[in-house]
Amino acid sequence: MAAPWKGILKKIDDYRWEIPTSYKAGMSVPGLIFASESMLNHIWEEQVFQQVANVAFLPGIVDHSLAMPDIHWGYGFPIGGVAATRVKDGVVSPGGVGFDINCGVRLVRTNLTEEEVRPKIEQLVNELFINIPSGLGSEGKIRTSEKELGEVMIKGSRWAVEKGYGQAEDIIVTEESGCMKGANPDKVSSKAKKRGVPQLGTLGSGNHFVEVEVVDELYDREAARAMGIEDLGQVLILIHTGSRGFGHQICTDYVGLLGEAVKRYGISLPDRQLACAPINSPEGQDYLAAMACAANYAWTNRQFILHWARETFIKVFGKSQEELGMRQVYDVCHNIAKIEEYTIDGKKQTLCVHRKGATRAFPAGHPDIPEVYRDIGQPVLIPGDMGRFSYVALGTETAMKETFGSTCHGAGRAQSRAAAKRSQRGADVARALAARGITVKAGSMASLAEEASEAYKDVSEVVDITHKAGISRKVARTKPIGVIKG
Amino acid sequence: MNKDFEILDHTADVGIIAYGADLSQAFANAARGLFSLITELDDVEEVTHRDIELTASDVESLLVEWLNELVYQFDTEGIIFKRFDIIQLNSTHLKARGYGEKVDSSKHELKTGVKAATYHMLKVDKNNGCRVQVLFDI
Repeated sequence: MAAPWKGILKKIDDYRWEIPTSYKAGMSVPGLIFASESMLNHIWEEQVFQQVANVAFLPGIVDHSLAMPDIHWGYGFPIGGVAATRVKDGVVSPGGVGFDINCGVRLVRTNLTEEEVRPKIEQLVNELFINIPSGLGSEGKIRTSEKELGEVMIKGSRWAVEKGYGQAEDIIVTEESGCMKGANPDKVSSKAKKRGVPQLGTLGSGNHFVEVEVVDELYDREAARAMGIEDLGQVLILIHTGSRGFGHQICTDYVGLLGEAVKRYGISLPDRQLACAPINSPEGQDYLAAMACAANYAWTNRQFILHWARETFIKVFGKSQEELGMRQVYDVCHNIAKIEEYTIDGKKQTLCVHRKGATRAFPAGHPDIPEVYRDIGQPVLIPGDMGRFSYVALGTETAMKETFGSTCHGAGRAQSRAAAKRSQRGADVARALAARGITVKAGSMASLAEEASEAYKDVSEVVDITHKAGISRKVARTKPIGVIKG
Repeated sequence: MNKDFEILDHTADVGIIAYGADLSQAFANAARGLFSLITELDDVEEVTHRDIELTASDVESLLVEWLNELVYQFDTEGIIFKRFDIIQLNSTHLKARGYGEKVDSSKHELKTGVKAATYHMLKVDKNNGCRVQVLFDI
């Protein structure tokens, strides 16, 4: 079979493929895709390469426009894209973060084993579904005023913990300690606030989920132990959600505002969804202040959901939280822009790292990771699709050198939602999962069909590439036994 | 073939291509296309309405802002719109009334959540009747 990408990509090694600047006039740096040859054949879509190239137009971008192996065609930025821009003369782009600002994943360990949980899995999944508001149009159980929402925007996870949802230890093992600095509620529109108030403490719809999973394979027992993952068959909980309509509206607002800024600053872009403004301009600073509000909202949201997951386990198993050992392992965001320091060509540079469907992957010893993980590196949480596996990995030095401390964030879609719905119905997906020992409860059968395993790339292949390329290293593999979806 | 809108396949998200004899019809059909992603429009009755007025710097932005305003109304008030009267429309200004009803989980199955309309692949083509194209983040 002809491989159309062969005329475009330059092979660096088995896992690194360059898009030279000659691919599209206007690229100021080359693109770099982390993938295997077989995956390139599989994921071939001209639009993906176009999008990687388009990101290379952003003023102040350094090194490469990067694509992780779970890359797929997004809007503006590709999903699985990473781009770092110089703070002193570069831009920030809301489209490089996405609508679901600080969409992310939180992992919780338990003392329970598969044998203990299996007999109660139906009840557990049903109770989780009742206790955690989910699905399109669902409203939270949390009643906040707009004033309280302002505190959520500034404090993040800590706000929920102060209200009795979780404990201080959860915050320690959350990226940014669950609170991004620089948040300013005055930079958030009243529309975003109106969307945000009723949706705080909701899972949402689409690919968001709470998954009960079992440790299925251990690649590094010592590192796993440091995370509280001791043995095969141990039950973990994975939570995936973001900033809901609050973040969506902030992105909508700022793509519009920065679309105008692009004209004022004379920036030329190949795609309007890449709208951006200089980081040091009032527009750029306003976006970062509003984005931090959404990031903090998302951490608060995951904090609530963690609390309800604990509550549900306590009820179903009739044991205390201590007896259940329900400790948070870590929480990562995978849609974010962050100001970070890197050494490039021997010089320290302050950069704005956009991760659009990519996970931070800092190595051992990095000052920004919690002390408990300083010796092993930052935990990286990679959810797969609901029928196969998810992974726990660690950040590496190679990621610091090559990908601005970033790695993949999931499996990546292989099939469009419409195609997924054409090829399978929600009820069939639920039955097929049940046959594989996975109990699913979803708010909408249509959304279940869209999220069928077949719609995704094989996460194992994605994670293997990051492992072999060295941008993160595998610690554990898990398989789902129960899932709630929006 | 005579159709109001069609669904545009995209790996991660979903787009709409809407048609109309004029821009007003194409804008109305794009909006109906948006709500057809959210639920079956046949199940929706016209029991309430909302007025919307917007300005934007160009016609493409106006289309995105129009659809995002409807996403906002759905997200905050739970209104599913099924029919639109476009009262005024030029390249930078839109005045419209949308008719529909609030979500009732006993009769509306909600299908896909729409986060926002994007500027990616955005097209407004006014030759030979109108054709507009927009991609949503799902």
